[in-house]
Amino acid sequence: MSTNSNHMNRIVDKEFLSENVVKIVVEAPLIAKSRKPGNFIILRVSEKGERIPLTIAAADEKNGTIDLIAQKVGVSTEKLAKMEVGDSLHDLVGPLGKATEISKIGTILACGGGVGIAPLLPIVEGFKKAGNRIVSVLAARSKDLIILEDEIRKWSDEVIIMTDDGSYGTKGLVTEGAEKVIQNEKVDECIAIGPAIMMKFTSLLTKKYNIPTQASLNSIMVDGTGMCGACRVTVGGKTKFTCVDGPEFDAHQIDFDEMMMRLGGYSEEEKKAHETAINQR
Amino acid sequence: MTILSEYLKEQRNEEWRAQLRKKLKGKERTNIPRVDMPEVSAKERTKYQNVEVNLGLDKEKAIIEASRCMDCATPTCIDGCPVQINIPEFVKNIEREEFSLAAQTLKKTSALPAVCGRVCPQEKQCEELCFYTTKLGKDPIAIGYLERFAADWERESGEMSVPECAPSNGKKIAAIGSGPASLSFAGDMAKLGYDVTVFEALHEVGGVLKYGIPEFRLPNSVVDVELDNLSKMGVKFVNNFIVGRTASFDDLKNEGFEGFFVASGAGLPRFMSIPGENYNGILSSNEYLTRVNLMGAASDDNDTPVLRGKTVAVIGGGNTAMDSVRTSKRLGAERSIIVYRRSRAEMPARVEEVNHAEEEGIEFMNLANPVEYFAGEKGRVNKMRVQHMELGEPDASGRRRPVPVEGSEEDIDVDLVIVAVGVSPNPLIPSCLPELEVSKWGTIEVGDNMQSSIPILFAGGDIVRGGATVILAMGDGRNAAASMHEYLSSEKK
Repeated sequence: MSTNSNHMNRIVDKEFLSENVVKIVVEAPLIAKSRKPGNFIILRVSEKGERIPLTIAAADEKNGTIDLIAQKVGVSTEKLAKMEVGDSLHDLVGPLGKATEISKIGTILACGGGVGIAPLLPIVEGFKKAGNRIVSVLAARSKDLIILEDEIRKWSDEVIIMTDDGSYGTKGLVTEGAEKVIQNEKVDECIAIGPAIMMKFTSLLTKKYNIPTQASLNSIMVDGTGMCGACRVTVGGKTKFTCVDGPEFDAHQIDFDEMMMRLGGYSEEEKKAHETAINQR
Repeated sequence: MTILSEYLKEQRNEEWRAQLRKKLKGKERTNIPRVDMPEVSAKERTKYQNVEVNLGLDKEKAIIEASRCMDCATPTCIDGCPVQINIPEFVKNIEREEFSLAAQTLKKTSALPAVCGRVCPQEKQCEELCFYTTKLGKDPIAIGYLERFAADWERESGEMSVPECAPSNGKKIAAIGSGPASLSFAGDMAKLGYDVTVFEALHEVGGVLKYGIPEFRLPNSVVDVELDNLSKMGVKFVNNFIVGRTASFDDLKNEGFEGFFVASGAGLPRFMSIPGENYNGILSSNEYLTRVNLMGAASDDNDTPVLRGKTVAVIGGGNTAMDSVRTSKRLGAERSIIVYRRSRAEMPARVEEVNHAEEEGIEFMNLANPVEYFAGEKGRVNKMRVQHMELGEPDASGRRRPVPVEGSEEDIDVDLVIVAVGVSPNPLIPSCLPELEVSKWGTIEVGDNMQSSIPILFAGGDIVRGGATVILAMGDGRNAAASMHEYLSSEKK
């Protein structure tokens, strides 16, 4: 092992999973070796770039690469999506965050919404390898936004697809698919990852059935090491930092309304930056 | 200590020092008034985020100031310096216009003289113990200004001296974090012939010197030159690397690292746990300063955003609070207010920083504490409720305890609040090493020699102290370097 070997950060593969969701495979041998399900990284595209937190969707220890999946939501993620195979990320650091606590529990209901399916993947893999039964519910607005279906299927005993417009799978929300599963069989734990609103309603559903539920949060962050506190979230009435105390928390304790409000904390500034970027083209 | 005092005596007895002492009579020296630091006017400097306030002394002023120093037989000033700079030696070198030798004297014990000359609280350290302060009741020698002068002169001369290093002993050691404690440690270990690697979690090296202290107080270019100097001494820097995460301590041991110095800093910002504190527009000073200083958020060509406010309240009375409130003024705030629960006299911030802040139009609301925040429809803070306080009996810190005045609440319109009420230790390293002993506050427990419960692991700076100054961190770094050297050279291990 050389301490400098993770500093190439070269993109070796790139693929659009949908119009706005890109997957890049990056050389990062140390992170590929040390990462665990639930961990994330922080990257910067360029010298003047933002620090972008992204969950590690998969890792290939032998080839020393990690898979990162990002949705174009603003200036920085658009710049990331424009990078090509052979380019190098300016900075890459990790693995960050607490790893998912994985053990043999029984039946796991794994709910993924949109780009939230990416962080769900390594968790599903981990629980499957630990001997659990996995029922996955993947949901998105329409068919082309359902990502990583084959990969999720590989580690699931059953997969239910839900789309808002009915263009694929069953028409309806993630909660409808999840509730059907809960009514059909005993679910021991639920994992929900996706847009905050989706996690909120999934959490409300599982609370009704008393099923322990973990949600993985995508709060705003700067450093990702506990230093800035931008990612704070109220869990069980106490302020927690998503980067060092999370990113997974007991969903039934999370104040999702506050979390959603905080996700909009820089929306004005981001809109301005976006407009500036468009005008510069 | 006796070795040090004999060494100091020897230096003092050198012919040139003896001659220089005779050059002026004591009275002639003590009659010279203390030099004033030239500054950029408040109106001008608040237009920019990165214009340094203090301009530094010119050659003539520095020589006159240096000639005030009595070259005492027992230089008490050194006792006030956590890294024990040979103060009379460097000051007298300035007086005889050997500026390069003055800088070299600084670098013998300090890895960051240009930094310390700017940010050290000299008024509470060397200058407080100066003969002028203690015996004459006069303004002390401006040791800090002179330190800065010597370091700047050398840097600007383009002929930086690299401190002498012992031949390599082949031993690899790691410093974790790249702030002042680590840099000071790395410099001393390099001088002793160790192969030092500094690991930094962020994308830039320098720790609090880069992400925390604003450029109007400490330009990044000054820090970079000091870092460059350490590189020339053979210190290696690895950024984007979290020891314990990117690779484990065992991985690094297998790679040949024999000793570790943990100086990972005081990571977690403290909040006050009052209602409404998680509204948008309320952030830690760490976040605010990191966005501006490390991420360059104040300039349009950087992608990182920063919130701007018309009325900005900064909670706290320390240097970080001053840095934040003065930054907000530079980012266009109409009103920037310090809200501090004690009185002005108890403020932990340096007097110079408080004075600069006042010159820049910062308002001070002392003896007041926020108790609740309110927000508009999008969750952006728009009002804070403060409770006024009065001073009661002294508390454990010796300062009079602030006591709330019943019924004194007052609402103030604000659209940005920066919370600068202290930090807690970063849990990243302790969480990777379950056998490491930590206090109930999460600081790493060390002995006087900075050694932790894991013998090859030493620690210093804020991860041990919980929140201190650049120079105390540097003192820890030196202390740890001496102890680790002794430990790694001994048979015991």
